[in-house]
Amino acid sequence: MSLRTESGPYFGEFGGRFVPESLIAALDELTEEYALARTDPAFAAELGELHRSYTGRPSIITEVPRFAAHAGGARVILKREDLNHTGSHKINNVLGQVLLTRRIGKTRVIAETGAGQHGVATATAAALFGLDCVIYMGEVDTERQALNVARMRLLGAEVVPVTTGSRTLKDAINDAMRDWVTNVGNTNYIFGTVAGPHPFPAMVRDFQKIIGEEARGQVLELTGRLPDAVTACVGGGSNAIGIFHAFLDDPEVGLYGFEAAGEGIDTPRHAATITKGRPGVLHGARSFLLQDEDGQTIESHSISAGLDYPGVGPEHSWLASIGRAEYRPVTDAEAMDAFRLLSRTEGIIPAIESAHALAGTLKLGRELGKDSTILVNLSGRGDKDMETAGRYFDLLDEGATQS
Amino acid sequence: MNPDAQNPPAQNSSAQSPAAASPVERRIALRKEAGSGALIGYLPVGFPSLAESIDAAVALAQNGVDVIELGLPYSDPVMDGTVIQAATQKALAGGFRLRHGFEAITAITAQVDAPVLVMTYWNPVVQYGVDRFADDLAAAGGAGLITPDLIPDEAHDWLAASERTGLDRVFLAAPSSSDARLTQAVDASRGFVYAVSTMGITGARTDVDSAARILVERLRSAGSTSACVGLGISTADQVREILAYADGAIVGSALVRALADGGVDALGRLAGELSAGTRDAAASN
Ligand SMILES: Cc1ncc(COP(=O)(O)O)c(C=O)c1O
Repeated sequence: MSLRTESGPYFGEFGGRFVPESLIAALDELTEEYALARTDPAFAAELGELHRSYTGRPSIITEVPRFAAHAGGARVILKREDLNHTGSHKINNVLGQVLLTRRIGKTRVIAETGAGQHGVATATAAALFGLDCVIYMGEVDTERQALNVARMRLLGAEVVPVTTGSRTLKDAINDAMRDWVTNVGNTNYIFGTVAGPHPFPAMVRDFQKIIGEEARGQVLELTGRLPDAVTACVGGGSNAIGIFHAFLDDPEVGLYGFEAAGEGIDTPRHAATITKGRPGVLHGARSFLLQDEDGQTIESHSISAGLDYPGVGPEHSWLASIGRAEYRPVTDAEAMDAFRLLSRTEGIIPAIESAHALAGTLKLGRELGKDSTILVNLSGRGDKDMETAGRYFDLLDEGATQS
Repeated sequence: MNPDAQNPPAQNSSAQSPAAASPVERRIALRKEAGSGALIGYLPVGFPSLAESIDAAVALAQNGVDVIELGLPYSDPVMDGTVIQAATQKALAGGFRLRHGFEAITAITAQVDAPVLVMTYWNPVVQYGVDRFADDLAAAGGAGLITPDLIPDEAHDWLAASERTGLDRVFLAAPSSSDARLTQAVDASRGFVYAVSTMGITGARTDVDSAARILVERLRSAGSTSACVGLGISTADQVREILAYADGAIVGSALVRALADGGVDALGRLAGELSAGTRDAAASN
């Protein structure tokens, strides 16, 4: 059975549409228009041209031997989504959804953002297509990703700091949903990851699967065979599913998602949804989530704003439940070590999100050994994280000079 | 995935005969027979405290509210505006647990005979266990559930549990819903259909949309005999205006604000004013 053909609303027992009735008409419209668009050669041609001449696709792959020396000697190959225009994989999805927005005739777009990368990508595409744009961002995240707030405003978007709940990504999604319920007549919700109600998980996956499709061919060309493992960080899961998807039906390729373990999965301060959560309903879909006994969402924690989310996309819950992909926790400290290691060994500063995938890959390489090849999704670049990294390493360097 | 969910069992026909209907349908039908319609009042459990929220719900009934809609505080209330969000966040910070909801229903129904419906987002019910939740709700004397983020398409377990226990199930209908979806909501609902007055979330509005009137007309064509309008209703005039065409008017944020600002006394006064709106409608008919 092919695992690549799943298109929702359900992935096994996960997915669905747990939303207010007021949104159903809009979700139905998106589902229908997307079904038409995905088989429309003109849509594919326009999106393909934007990828080529605006984003800079195909993104390259880079083999990183000096970094790999710390990964048990495994060959490590990075898929360079950090080199995309706007600095991450998020633009792949946004361009697809903005073309769809134009198709359904809406003039205003809204989005949630955590790290700010999805917000920046949405603000960018809104500028390109002349759409009104409002971005919801948790107040905590507006502080730790201040640079991206400035970028979004410069691009002409309105950034609304969200002050309810944990003041992070989960609450930004709540406020974006409230906006959408109220303004659905002229507004399209550009959802940033493979979570949310159908059709978002399948549609965002389709817009991101170009990552794995390109990388599969590129790795085959470079090494003459498929990689032994493909790795990615998992927030909602869009960059991970984007690189996994092309390999789902290659059982010899191991798929590994790295979740943010924050201060540790045995502390309350983490975002390791599949590792520590259980199935429930949040933000329109049934999936794994961090919740208490009563089903109240538990606030997540990660040094990385883009992974600081107590939910995860339903396709990942399904892949975990059938054992096709494995999800492992990576702590703040492990991620920051890998962040610095890639910077110093290869001259590539990753996003802190992507550094979780790198840290997981270091361990995995030692497990798989030196004849193995690991393809890592380098989902974004670290420019936005310089303030966090500066603060983090100043603290760390005090200890380090003593050792 | 849920083949049965496409054709939920038709239950609404029971609304035709008040004697056989659920307590909520019966109450609404009685108020209609009296020439008006029902006033439905929302308050969250645990705000400002569990004890005060019980007193507040009792005060609603004592001041002419016909059906009590008791909200269970939830961490991610996407259908709620700022007033209700602030109240439910306070309740959660104060230690609200699901069992307090059942305790509150038991205490309220011991004091007043207005039926009590529970308004809850879906995940708490799933985590408690749909069947266990239904059993405990029925045992506490609750009338049923209003489920803002559960559409009939996804409600297979709840349709079965409510069938087994006889609890009401109130689904939402929106101005944007297709005719087929309105028919589905009418067929799946028991108690009433919650007609969303406007595209939006909870919160007082100065004028209630003409969209509400059109939606109720469409629900009538879909066979509804029990359609109540909610979202944005805050004054006796609005209640009166809505009861001219709908079977009930639902007031939420305005009551929560009165409770927050002036305690149970202020809440009781507002409930009294709003219910005067239902009596005026009767008098003028
Ligand atoms: C660079 C980068 N990687 C990963 C993520 C996490 O999102 P997802 O799991 O959907 O890829 C983000 C989100 O903001 C991001 O900016």
